[in-house]
Amino acid sequence: MPSDVDAAVLANTRLSDDYCVVSLEAPEIAAVAQPGQFVMVKPSRGMDPLLRRPFSIFEILRDRDDAPIGVSILNKRIGVGTRLLYELEPGARVACLGPLGQPFVPVDPPAHAWMVAGGVGLAPFLTLSEALHARGTPTTLVYGARRAEDLHCVDRFERRGIRILLATEDGSAGVKGFVTAALRDGLEQTPGDQPSQLYVCGPTPMMRAVAVLARQLRRPCAVSLEQVMGCGLGGCYSCVVLTRIPGEAPHFVRSCLDGPVFDADRIVWEALAH
Amino acid sequence: MDLSVALGSLTLPNPLIAASGCFGYGVEYGDVVDLSTLGGVAVKGLFLAAREGHPPQRIVETPAGMLNAIGLQGIGVHRFIRERLPELRDRRAIVFVNICGTTLDEYVELARILSDADGVAALELNISCPNIKEGGITFGCSLTGTYEVVSAVRKVTTLPVIPKLTPNVTDVASFARAAEEAGADAVSLVNTFLAMAIDVETRRPRLSNIVGGLSGPAIRPIAVRMVYECRQTVRIPIIGMGGISSAADALEFMIAGATAVQVGTANFVDPLIWTKLLGGIQSYMERHNLTTLSDLTGSLDISAREKEWISS
Repeated sequence: MPSDVDAAVLANTRLSDDYCVVSLEAPEIAAVAQPGQFVMVKPSRGMDPLLRRPFSIFEILRDRDDAPIGVSILNKRIGVGTRLLYELEPGARVACLGPLGQPFVPVDPPAHAWMVAGGVGLAPFLTLSEALHARGTPTTLVYGARRAEDLHCVDRFERRGIRILLATEDGSAGVKGFVTAALRDGLEQTPGDQPSQLYVCGPTPMMRAVAVLARQLRRPCAVSLEQVMGCGLGGCYSCVVLTRIPGEAPHFVRSCLDGPVFDADRIVWEALAH
Repeated sequence: MDLSVALGSLTLPNPLIAASGCFGYGVEYGDVVDLSTLGGVAVKGLFLAAREGHPPQRIVETPAGMLNAIGLQGIGVHRFIRERLPELRDRRAIVFVNICGTTLDEYVELARILSDADGVAALELNISCPNIKEGGITFGCSLTGTYEVVSAVRKVTTLPVIPKLTPNVTDVASFARAAEEAGADAVSLVNTFLAMAIDVETRRPRLSNIVGGLSGPAIRPIAVRMVYECRQTVRIPIIGMGGISSAADALEFMIAGATAVQVGTANFVDPLIWTKLLGGIQSYMERHNLTTLSDLTGSLDISAREKEWISS
């Protein structure tokens, strides 16, 4: 059951001119959140912007005794709401509703986990990597961005023993090009009978490309979609995604309730707005 | 303190109704809100058959408001009765079923089906959705159409019949009058204002449907004026709505002439708004020594206007 918390900002760590991590005091949410779930955050008290914004839960924050005290979100300054979040100072309060949505299902060893992140799509993978680490699942993070300065928190993954493959469009870090190329190389180096599960979050064209690759290589693939969302609770029907079940006509489902994590094969990618 | 209000034969424990299209089928909110504490739950507009609605993008934010063009995606009346109504009944919700048709016969058929279902408190006739061409808006934009659909439904049901009116006409009050003459038990108003938003960088409309309906605080003063105008024209109860996001907003609609109110967009922003609204109304009643909330309806004081030094 989700809680709506008038959450105090514990910290707002600017990672760059665009990226920040906003830490929110919300023990009720932290206590029950699962990897891949999201919160609806209201960036301001006023009426412009009016609606909340969906954010993947980036971290579960814990105190010294390991008790959950809050959650953080990875925010990229793009529009009005994300700019307000970037500017938040500790002590400010924001309404935070969650946890919401269907989580990632962490795979168990001997299967390998491949987390594929593009840009701010890194957000759901820190909590997922924790869950995979706890299971002892060998995990690779394939992480791409435009340039090296846009890659963040890689050390946080390295510390958990996660293998890192980086890709940048300008070649300033890792492989030059898209994450799909790095992922293809990585997957092709693993034995064909090696069971593996892909988890993807990033720009829609990237997720679609990874979904196509996963299908070619016959690897199961879970995608975390980011749709424009009104309420997060299934009330407004704005965040729909066209999905297909074999033998049935394609059907719009609400990504707040049925997602944001979907089996990539269910998505009618042609219909997804970029 | 009596917060109950009467819509014809139907008495609600309080005037706060969740607006159709903004609250799913109600069951989505069952774990967050105690549905039995609401004055009512107006479920998402239902056709006879299931509908897919418009492709995304379906909503866009505008200053103090939002546009939507969902296109009445829905599961159809039969699945609603089978799969959603039992839970609403268990949760003791007062259910307003919003019905949509492309023909007069479809409204009549829906009214018949829902009159036989257990747990429906009232029928709200959607003759005002701005987002679908083939549907009720053609009834809602014509006085004859409004009269015909209300009287046709009136003949086949004993449930309260409440047409939901569009503001996208020159004179809403004349539509309220047509509804009253046709036997409506109440009218609800307003649906959203037809509107548009464009991405200037790409020159593309922000909504896949190009146009959509504007809701939220931005429309409230216009909606209040329309409720006020209808109050001057009809005797049947009015359910007022349009941008209500605080107790004062709800009270404003009641003073203008609404018996009950619906809350839509604000529920997206704050799904727990209901207890706050109720608390705010109660403290207003205390401050104003008001024991019966329904006494507030239409209590607008325009006496100052009659004083010569203001009107001259």
